[in-house]
Amino acid sequence: MTEEKKWQLRLYVAGMTPKCLAAFENLQQICEEHLQGEYTIEIVDLLENPQLAQGDQILAIPTLVRKLPPPLKKIIGDLSNEERVLVGLDLRPQAA
Amino acid sequence: MPESGEQGFRKQLDKCPTGIRGLDEITNGGLPRGRPTLVCGGAGCGKTLMAMEFLVRGAVDFGEPGVFMSFEEGTEELTQNMASLGFDLKDLQEKQKIALDFVYIERSEIEETGEYDLEGLFIRLANAINSVGAQRVVLDTIEALFAGLPNELILRSELRRLLRWLKDRGLTAIVTGEKGEGSLTRHGIEEYVSDAVIVLDHRIMNQAATRRLRFVKYRGSLHGADEYPFLIDEDGIVVMPITSLGLDYSVSSRRVSTGIAALDDMLTGGYYEGSSVLVSGTAGSGKTSLSAYFADATCRRGERCLYLAFEESQAQIIRNIRSIGLDLEPWTEKGLLQFHASRPTLYGLEMHLATTLKMTEQFKPATVIMDPITNLSLVAKNEEVKSVLMRLVDFFKNRQVTTLFTNLSHPGEVELTISGVSSLMDTWILLLNVECNGDRRRIFHILKSRGMAHSHQMREFTITGQGINLEDIQLDPAAS
Repeated sequence: MTEEKKWQLRLYVAGMTPKCLAAFENLQQICEEHLQGEYTIEIVDLLENPQLAQGDQILAIPTLVRKLPPPLKKIIGDLSNEERVLVGLDLRPQAA
Repeated sequence: MPESGEQGFRKQLDKCPTGIRGLDEITNGGLPRGRPTLVCGGAGCGKTLMAMEFLVRGAVDFGEPGVFMSFEEGTEELTQNMASLGFDLKDLQEKQKIALDFVYIERSEIEETGEYDLEGLFIRLANAINSVGAQRVVLDTIEALFAGLPNELILRSELRRLLRWLKDRGLTAIVTGEKGEGSLTRHGIEEYVSDAVIVLDHRIMNQAATRRLRFVKYRGSLHGADEYPFLIDEDGIVVMPITSLGLDYSVSSRRVSTGIAALDDMLTGGYYEGSSVLVSGTAGSGKTSLSAYFADATCRRGERCLYLAFEESQAQIIRNIRSIGLDLEPWTEKGLLQFHASRPTLYGLEMHLATTLKMTEQFKPATVIMDPITNLSLVAKNEEVKSVLMRLVDFFKNRQVTTLFTNLSHPGEVELTISGVSSLMDTWILLLNVECNGDRRRIFHILKSRGMAHSHQMREFTITGQGINLEDIQLDPAAS
């Protein structure tokens, strides 16, 4: 039984393009810094699972979806703008 | 890469038939094959319908599956709306002839955090296309992306890429756009579409709603003008060519009886099959009676007659004609005579034209009566009425249908018809009421009848309980 992490994030990519790789690296960095291990990142490659693009309503690549905790949040882009990522995911830095 | 030589030239002008009534005739084959066509217009103009019909008919009539990517309406909504037009999207999806994808964009959901592209859209489209082997694509309306996505530069760049992507795969596409102020579409997407741009318009003219279709751009040649009226009936869109479809119909030398022996004699046999007959007369002069006899003669031959009444109801006409000894009811019961009674003001002129064409195609009559055509002036300007009548006459001649039109004239102006409609007619009969010694008498006169040595004699026309008689005029020696 897998441990239930507080944050469940899903990153949609289309192959390992530079933008997608950058997004993944940026995401790992942000999660390490702000979520202290309380997270899982799932990578969905739409080139391998194209039908998910329709099912999950994905338009832009890369798209990051915050699945847990609710509510669902979606942000697009390579996640290079950390501020925007934090705002978009409603990730607040740990209170000092 | 443009190919040289005749092969390449022909390839460039390849058409994709839409199956939309009237549209393929105007475009000499349909939309440019393998290219995007832009269809734009205001809300309710019919662009979604046109795009969907292009897809559905492509799948059903031409064996070309298609993908409908909707950016505004959900698939349930679309399916319901299209069902009322006889397009069973559910069935088509099950049969894998059509794939529907609703792209939902919620602006508030989207936070931009860096570089991105719309590859997700491409993947979805490719997936849908592959799932049915699509050859046609609809994007309706891609402008919705502008409301949802924050970065216009990326969006425009991806739009251009998308249209190129569709072209590379040889897909014929319809892209819809909303009407803009100062530009064709709200976001100027017409600059990405270079092969064909159609603008749909919906306005009120003469208290009737009129729809118009205009080709702003069309690579290749159009059949005639660039603007056409169209309407939406229960089977979809019907586009009507403004100009007549050419004067190259074959003529018959066979005669059809008028129903009145004496008149057949005056016409040396009867009306020519496939000809157009105009009967002018003042109120109560006997136009409907003449029409009824013609209908009767048609049915006696075992042929079908379509009677379009614009003034009286079927019941009225049948009752009135019975009083002169003619019973049309048995023919209606046998299905040989079909009445269609409607007030001209019921709908616009184009609708009358379209319903007439449709009834003719379904009922396949040998003769058609329109009684009276004068009322059509109530819904449109005379030039428009003449234009519609011209198209009707051509349509009927092409099918060798003999037509009889009655025209209500004013006393003293009996030879005046709606802006020269008489020139469209092969035979012109005049019914005059004259005062003679305190008696009201009817005069019958054949003003013209092309191609035959008809009688020019004016005769007296009497209607009794036993029918119609044509006699030599008895002049009272004391008359002035």
